[in-house]
Amino acid sequence: MTTASVTPVGPVPGAAAEVLPARRPSFLARAARTPACAIGAALTGVVVVLALLAPVIGRYSPVQQDLLATLQGPSAAHWLGTDEFGRDVWSRLLYGGRTDLQVGFLAVLIPFAAGSLLGTLCGYFGGWIDAIVMRVADIVLAFPFYVLIIALVFFVGEGTHGIYIAFALTDWVVYARTTRGAALVAVSQDWVAAAEAGGLSRARVLLRHVLPNTVSQAIVYAMSDIVLVISAVVTLGYLGLGIQPPAPDWGAMISDGQSFVTVHPWLSIVPGIAMIITGIGLSLIGDGLTDVQRPA
Amino acid sequence: MLGVAVVTFLLVRLIPGDPARAVLGIHASPQQIAQLRAQLGLDKPVYQQLWSFLGGLAHGSTGTSIYYHAPVSSLIGTALPVTASLVGVSAVFCVLITIPLASLAAARQNRAADHAVRVGSLVGLAMPSFFFAIVLIIVFAVDLRWFAAGGWGTTVPDHLRALVLPGLTAAIAIAPVLIRSLRVGMLEVIDSDFVAAARAKGLRGARILLRHVARNALIPTLTLLGINIAYLIGSTVVIERVFDLNGLGSLMLNAIGQRDYPVVQGVTIVYAIAVVAVNLVTDLIVARLDPRTRLR
Repeated sequence: MTTASVTPVGPVPGAAAEVLPARRPSFLARAARTPACAIGAALTGVVVVLALLAPVIGRYSPVQQDLLATLQGPSAAHWLGTDEFGRDVWSRLLYGGRTDLQVGFLAVLIPFAAGSLLGTLCGYFGGWIDAIVMRVADIVLAFPFYVLIIALVFFVGEGTHGIYIAFALTDWVVYARTTRGAALVAVSQDWVAAAEAGGLSRARVLLRHVLPNTVSQAIVYAMSDIVLVISAVVTLGYLGLGIQPPAPDWGAMISDGQSFVTVHPWLSIVPGIAMIITGIGLSLIGDGLTDVQRPA
Repeated sequence: MLGVAVVTFLLVRLIPGDPARAVLGIHASPQQIAQLRAQLGLDKPVYQQLWSFLGGLAHGSTGTSIYYHAPVSSLIGTALPVTASLVGVSAVFCVLITIPLASLAAARQNRAADHAVRVGSLVGLAMPSFFFAIVLIIVFAVDLRWFAAGGWGTTVPDHLRALVLPGLTAAIAIAPVLIRSLRVGMLEVIDSDFVAAARAKGLRGARILLRHVARNALIPTLTLLGINIAYLIGSTVVIERVFDLNGLGSLMLNAIGQRDYPVVQGVTIVYAIAVVAVNLVTDLIVARLDPRTRLR
């Protein structure tokens, strides 16, 4: 975006504002003002705070079993009842959210960084790097997302390490494609030519001028991607390939609850609703960012 | 395609761990393991294995299942129709959901119906498909008893009945993206000159919406459907597991459980072939619908 190429004016904004034309509010500041973003941020904020506060408001350990009090309904002692091992559902929900959010966030961060860097390099330099990376991207895209993720997690090993590696190997593709497109646009702009003509090294032009512009595109995609990835982490947990028991995870909670679905449907429904709220919150933030980024 | 095959092969072989040991278990004698390795061709150098794998593929052979002792191609042959009909049914559902809802939202822009559709899409986007499947099972199989909770049946009407809930689940997983795109596309067309001309001719609103607006807005949505079918094919892996359908996804997940490498490898390749084929067909249909992109 335009703001990214403006260099900061220094620590005296009051004096500078009189001389320089008024600076547009930053990309994120404008996004925060859209209603979609505000609601989304509020929902996501609540989920994140609850997950962070899990040890404080959890009341029980998420793995502590009480075989004398299994499959109980909601009560003062157990707000959301207990599961088939007598574990407190409320505590498991909070700790599960903690795990899923954390794993989902890290699983997006790696492909986000690697994909954006690769894509920007490809768009800026072109040539053989571009050709090779984009052919590899084509091959990765030929596999359905879930098939590739499941196969990779299987071959690399179940659990969080498998998840990180699987997403790092597959999810970079869309970031690379998005940022490559943005870099191609940036390269054709006058200010890149100006920066190069001004004698800046190519590495400096790439890092200081091109990259900030491509990254904002990648951030917008990341917000919808993180919904997809958290959803996939939960799905892997459901299939027994993700976060390994007894560590709490929404997917495993839904899967365990499915055996009791006729008599105790809330065991599956509660973690599912938690996932939906998280997903809606993050999607709304993404919508707000997209609205702001689209040229008016 | 060759790239896909080589990547799949390397994916399987580069993983640490010995398939022979995984099959025979930890109590197998070294002689037994060596014998099985020789039988599976694992004792040869990697490039020779790759060559015989590719040679086999060229003859339409994907190897022999370690667990079932049957050709992988015959296992895939029995599973493929189930998955293919699931994808077909859900594509039909997807069209039946997307077109009316997007038209409704576009025709009533910024009114209650539009907001309802947008909120609905948001929920659909945030919900992991296996969770929606469980909700459908609770409502339609457990409470209302309209459909079986899983299984495939023996006759063709049985099969179709068995596909209703899974097909709906898969369709809901991708419909939100399509509804969004079609809605935005229709809004753009509604503002264009030729719609004003049609209106000036005295055509009724519904006729304009279906004949003029939908047709033009459909083309980008169709391209998007092609891309999303790849995602849909992937999500059937999970959906087949929830509804206990013996398609490719169940074959793959079971093979993962049994450490049956040739089957995982074969099924992964079939999935990739399916995606490439779907993309080709989408391109051809788009070319037919849109005179501007007709192949020369």
